[in-house]
Amino acid sequence: MACMLEAPLRISVLSEVTATSRHYVDRLFDPDPQKVLQGVIDMKNAVIGNNKQKANLIVLGAVPRLLYLLQQPSSSLELRTECAVVLGSLAMGTENNIKSLVDCHIIPALLQGLLCQDLCFIEACLRCLRTVFISPVTPVQLLYPDPTVIPHLMSLLSRSQRTQEYITQIFSHCCKTPEHQTILYNHGAIQNIAPLLNSPSYKVQMQALKCFSVLAYENAQVSMTLVNVLVDGELLSQVFVRMMQRDRPIEMQLTAAKCLTYMCRAGAIRTDDTCIVLKTLPCLVRMCSKERLLEERVEGAETLAYLMEPDVELQRIASVTDHLVAMLADYFKYPSSVSAIADIKRLDHDLKHAHELRQAAFKLYASLGANDEDVRKKITETENMMDRIVSGLSESSIKVRLAAVRCLHSLSRSVQQLRTSFHDHAVWKPLMKLLQNAPDEVLVMASSTLCNLLLEFSPSKEPILESGVIELLCSLTQSDSPALRVNGIWALMNMAFQADQKVKVEIVRALGTEQLFRLLSDPDANVLMKTLGLLRNLLSTRPHIDQIMSSHGKQIMQAVTLILEGEHSIEVKEQTLCILANIADGNTAKELIMTNDDMLQKIKSYMGHSNVKLQLAATFCVSNLIWNEEDGSQERQDKLREMGFVDILHKLTQASDPSLCDSLFLLSSRAKTAMQQYLA
Amino acid sequence: MQWRERKGMLQAQEDKNRRLYLCQCVTEHRGSLRLEAGHGKNHKDAASVRAAHPIPAACGIYYFEVKIVSKGRDGYMGIGLSAQGVNMNRLPGWDKHSYGYHGDDGHSFCSSGTGQPYGPTFTTGDVIGCCVNLINNTCFYTKNGHSLGVAFTDLPPNLYPTVGLQTPGEIVDANFGQHPFVFDIEDYMSEWRAKIHSMIARFPVGERLGEWQAVLHNMVSSYLVHHGYCATAMAFARTTETIIQEEQSSIKNRQRIQKLVLAGRLGEAIDATQELYPGLLERNPNLLFMLKCRQFVEMVNGTDSEVRCFGTRSPKSQNSYPSSPSLSPRHGATNPHLHTTDSPTCSNGVTSKNKSNSKYPGVSSASSSSSSSPSSVNYSESNSTDSTKSQAHSGTSNQETSDSEMEIEAEHYTNGLADASSARIVNGTYKHEEILQTDGHGLGNGLAEDGSTSRQLCGGNLAATERMIQFGRELQALNEQLCRDYGKNPTHKKMLQDAFSLLAYADPWNCPVGQQLDPTQRESICSALNSAILESQNLPKQPPLMLALAQANECVQLMARVRAGSCSFARIDSFLH
Repeated sequence: MACMLEAPLRISVLSEVTATSRHYVDRLFDPDPQKVLQGVIDMKNAVIGNNKQKANLIVLGAVPRLLYLLQQPSSSLELRTECAVVLGSLAMGTENNIKSLVDCHIIPALLQGLLCQDLCFIEACLRCLRTVFISPVTPVQLLYPDPTVIPHLMSLLSRSQRTQEYITQIFSHCCKTPEHQTILYNHGAIQNIAPLLNSPSYKVQMQALKCFSVLAYENAQVSMTLVNVLVDGELLSQVFVRMMQRDRPIEMQLTAAKCLTYMCRAGAIRTDDTCIVLKTLPCLVRMCSKERLLEERVEGAETLAYLMEPDVELQRIASVTDHLVAMLADYFKYPSSVSAIADIKRLDHDLKHAHELRQAAFKLYASLGANDEDVRKKITETENMMDRIVSGLSESSIKVRLAAVRCLHSLSRSVQQLRTSFHDHAVWKPLMKLLQNAPDEVLVMASSTLCNLLLEFSPSKEPILESGVIELLCSLTQSDSPALRVNGIWALMNMAFQADQKVKVEIVRALGTEQLFRLLSDPDANVLMKTLGLLRNLLSTRPHIDQIMSSHGKQIMQAVTLILEGEHSIEVKEQTLCILANIADGNTAKELIMTNDDMLQKIKSYMGHSNVKLQLAATFCVSNLIWNEEDGSQERQDKLREMGFVDILHKLTQASDPSLCDSLFLLSSRAKTAMQQYLA
Repeated sequence: MQWRERKGMLQAQEDKNRRLYLCQCVTEHRGSLRLEAGHGKNHKDAASVRAAHPIPAACGIYYFEVKIVSKGRDGYMGIGLSAQGVNMNRLPGWDKHSYGYHGDDGHSFCSSGTGQPYGPTFTTGDVIGCCVNLINNTCFYTKNGHSLGVAFTDLPPNLYPTVGLQTPGEIVDANFGQHPFVFDIEDYMSEWRAKIHSMIARFPVGERLGEWQAVLHNMVSSYLVHHGYCATAMAFARTTETIIQEEQSSIKNRQRIQKLVLAGRLGEAIDATQELYPGLLERNPNLLFMLKCRQFVEMVNGTDSEVRCFGTRSPKSQNSYPSSPSLSPRHGATNPHLHTTDSPTCSNGVTSKNKSNSKYPGVSSASSSSSSSPSSVNYSESNSTDSTKSQAHSGTSNQETSDSEMEIEAEHYTNGLADASSARIVNGTYKHEEILQTDGHGLGNGLAEDGSTSRQLCGGNLAATERMIQFGRELQALNEQLCRDYGKNPTHKKMLQDAFSLLAYADPWNCPVGQQLDPTQRESICSALNSAILESQNLPKQPPLMLALAQANECVQLMARVRAGSCSFARIDSFLH
């Protein structure tokens, strides 16, 4: 019975609500301006904290009318202000409310309203604008089309603490790209906002601080300017340091640390500056501690990872600060088993942050272990570390996967870890799985890690080979991304190092000579280097050399000629000469050089090159050609003698004495060995 | 806050036989304490040196740093803490109640021969810090200004900073605060200060929130009533709907008396007290004596009505003092200044001289809201400490001027005052005899000719001066009477002596005892009288607010005695601003 009674009752309540809402909207159209004002004030009181009412009013079309009243010059200032307040209140509701407001072109209307002189009205408009702009559904570029808006906002900064708070908050949410940074910078954002850091209002201080953090992010121009800014005679970096004091609110410490981090990464502050080493870094480590909120721990870890990424000294310091490595292990314990039972709300909260925590921890581990072997050892010795990475590689969240593979990549730079923990935990399995179809950023990291796993001393190399990785790597070399091409060819190069004939043939087959030569003309120097490296590895032992050269000799010689004639770096040419030397080592392959006078002339000229490394490689090549023990060595020696090689070799043995640098000594001894071939 | 080791207070280990070959010695090097190892070979040759005093719990957070000047042969150095009685022939950490961080392996040793991996190793050039947090009884180390994280928890009390060396050539310098620290310990302390403050601020006061509010209202209200801020108290009671126990007329009476005292019109104040609270002063002869002494001072000042408006009746002389004297309250010396907004101004112009009005500008507007009331508490607090100090001071100086002189002095005054016009005071060192001689013709004139001040003794009135002399004799008689009834009272004697000394100077306002004439000196007697009146009405002689404050102070001191480290960051005055 109760149920039956309840249903009609609810309907009547609903209709009543809509009716009263309609009444509010109707009053906006009253011919008497006084009544309209009263209507708006009543509406204001009705919508506060009432999302349903807000939605009703929007549906009933209150917004266009309010905007009309707000823009109408004939409206009294009081009415216009109240309209802005009501709109601000509507914006406080759901995301849908914001969308409706933006669709009604509320932003240009409110920006126009800022031209009014009345402070109360300006503040009401700014408050509403702030609420709209901080919502993720509002496109931030709506702030920028009118070039007069930003300068006007800057000029309003001096009006009151409220305008300061709202405007800086708008800026910090609407500055998402380098272009935005430049626009704000060019309109004097730094000079205008810097004094607000010493504002008596905490809110203003915080918003100003946030502004600086978004302005300085990856922006050298802003960062360089910031270091020289004085606030009340104090350097800005010192103001930030003061804001990181431990008795300040956590939010302030964290944001100030972010500002200094960004300035440091943008090159404006040295990494060995005390404000980084003794203040920013410890502050960020503290943000990772268990006492902090989950959000703060995520942000702290990410910022710290970013700060020390390029600097091994900071990585070393952080690794011993406050047990950071062990502290991070705690990031993986959410949601904890306790929270699941204890209360649902906490579980929900934990679950929401669990991914974020894990990816932040992986990122920080990756940064910590980027360069120092001891730190890597410490990380892998952390409880269940490798298991965590392995399971992180196959997590549903792409952010976690990416961070996990970054971490793995960092650790894979350690020979010891490759030999031990990497093999024990068969990390190659999830890694291979990850490579199957992942977005490019994950692919770059994963393939880079794979390169290290394919190093010849890595015990994982065999099982990876068996899993059919060659096809995958070959497809990577055809990618549009240079990073992926490098990684693909790099991995193949590592794989070909001292590999079986079978593997080499397989590589050449899978890659195809066409692709190989395309890579040899790749615009990316790295790709070229690694491709040459691959060739060199392929052309290693004598039978392999002869076999490959018999099938692809012509193309290879062509490519070598091209590179030796082209404009390339010393490293590239050295690598090419080494390939030539390898070819010269083959039994039948030799003839490809010996019959090519043009090539012989090139080798001769490189023997007299100003760069010792190139001389060395060329001499190496000659010494292989004239090696005594092989068939037909006499004819080759004779031919080269005719071409004047002996004189050059003789000069090389003379010119250098053992007291000179290592490579010169090596060169002279190499030349001597070659000379001996003639004497024998 | 921080306990600082004085130089030279480290004790080298006492075992002289061992020292022969260990040669471990402590010297001073540029203000640091330098330790050098001798010829040790293995762990049996280790030796530790520890501070002469344990770390006091009340310091909250304790920190010291050790710079490794040289790691010597093997760098087997330990830095840490140990309790009294721990074997000093070993590195800190190896034995029970001893804790250390060792340089060779970077391990921490917690009362055990086997260490736990803790931090990095340390060697020549490193600065190692050791911080003991006595709030949560933990310890962490720092290396070159970087915190290495907690090393030990659940530390026992009374640990000594300890440094141990083992192999030859090891040299370290200890810094107990003589030099700036590498680690920013101040920042760490500020964090804990903030933590404890927020802990106090967020201390749960129970579910009965309304009751808590009422308690606070009552505290404020009773404070206002106590000091007689009648209108403010009424306004406060109205807005907060609290009930004032004392009747409004009673408050007004007290307010009236206080105003009289603060205006320097002591005679009238005494009269009013006797009229409104008969028997009160008879039961408190000490209080009466204090009032009368002050009255004498005010006569000199020219503010008391007996010298101002000549012809008013003199107070009845008191012959019997039946009840025992009561002490003035400790916190009596609050600032009972006149509240200009809620009271009619006094008829005579003295109020303008009352410094207390300008001295506590913040307080006059206080009290209508509970939030601003702590400010007034703060002032009264500092005031009361001042007064207790000055009381203590006068007490000691009283003893110094001592008993031997006492008899003679009594004679002085009797003579001098009994025969002021003829004038020979026994030992002629006092300058005032001259003045007193001439003043038969007109003391006021003589002073006016001095010209140093516009103020004149007794307002420059001859008759008034005579009245003053007369009053002085009565006062002296009263003192003798009290001596007879209750025995000698050095405080009284001192008071009387100070008051009479004023007459010895040509310009009493600028003389060594001239401070008595300052209107702010009326405040202590005013609050003493106020407390006595309240007590006689069976009302608390101190406002609950002051009691609570005193109790909080006492608790903090108690915490220090029971080794609760947080007390050092829970200073009452940091909450009163």
